Amino acid sequence: MSKFRKKKSGDLPAISTASLPDIVFMLLFFFMVATTMRDTTLMVKNELPFADQIEKLEKKDLVMYVYAGQPSERYQRQFGKEARVQLNDKFADVSEIEEFIIAERESKREELQNLLTTSLKVDVKTNMGLVADIKYELRKAEAYRVNYTTKKGDASQNMK
Amino acid sequence: MAKRNAPEVNAGSMADIAFLLLIFFLVTTTIETDAGINSKLPPIEDQPEDPPPRKEKNIFIVLVNSNEELLVEDERMNLKDLRQAAIDFLDNGGQDCNYCQGRKDPASSDNPLKAVVSLQNDRETEYGAYIAVQNELVAAFNFLRNREANRLFGKSFVKMEQDFNDSEYRGSKDKLEEDIKTIRAMFPLNLSEAEPKERK
Repeated sequence: MSKFRKKKSGDLPAISTASLPDIVFMLLFFFMVATTMRDTTLMVKNELPFADQIEKLEKKDLVMYVYAGQPSERYQRQFGKEARVQLNDKFADVSEIEEFIIAERESKREELQNLLTTSLKVDVKTNMGLVADIKYELRKAEAYRVNYTTKKGDASQNMK
Repeated sequence: MAKRNAPEVNAGSMADIAFLLLIFFLVTTTIETDAGINSKLPPIEDQPEDPPPRKEKNIFIVLVNSNEELLVEDERMNLKDLRQAAIDFLDNGGQDCNYCQGRKDPASSDNPLKAVVSLQNDRETEYGAYIAVQNELVAAFNFLRNREANRLFGKSFVKMEQDFNDSEYRGSKDKLEEDIKTIRAMFPLNLSEAEPKERK
């Protein structure tokens, strides 16, 4: 039976995993802090262009988001490949933007209503025609402050 | 009665719980981009009344066509040269400009107050190209504003704006606002955008 007895001397001691929870908690807290919950599900392809002359959007609650781009793959059968506008959680027609902006503005406190900024999150590959239509709608809704949301980087990367 | 020790809670599954939460947050995390180029749209005017007459030389036309090619003042140009061309145009200082450092070329703009940069594009132009051009033009304005801000107030214009938005800035915000306005008045952001054209 001595054949099966473990040898005590040559074994490596087991690595203690007692600090594993601590490490995991550390990661957890990092992600908890860094996470911003998306309140809308993106239904369009949204690869933002690069720019380096950017300013940060300060007050998040004073920002309205307008997305535009080619519909994501799983919506392409239904909506086609033509670039579209997304407001909140659904596709919208360009003409609905004015209504959307006015509704958003109404939901804010009166003294903040003229501080609102519209953030345009538009895919790199979108045609300017659609963007111009969006801008025209924004002008109709008197939402003149816009922010072309971009990633930080060298702008010449956009031209490829 | 004998004092009994409370039994120790088994913490072995703590790691599992933490992992579960960690994975949840990993999956839901999207690092949001919340920065970009700020711009102001012009109001819609019902009747385009006679536009104030502007001399041809005070207008700097940048055209981006549907193949992402740049035409600046009727000449083809690469994107990397655009910034310097715009700076040269704005800073030319043909007349009535005591802070311009340009060449004082009589064929270029009179002064930054009169100079207008006109950005035109087709409907088929890609948004990325448009942003790249817009970025270069804003960079040209920022360069000149920074230069003047450094000269007058010993601080770059971008830094001044940052300080102005910073709630922890120590110092007079009213003074800062005045200074920012001064710089803005020296190089107003005269960036006009025409409606995209449909060309055959």
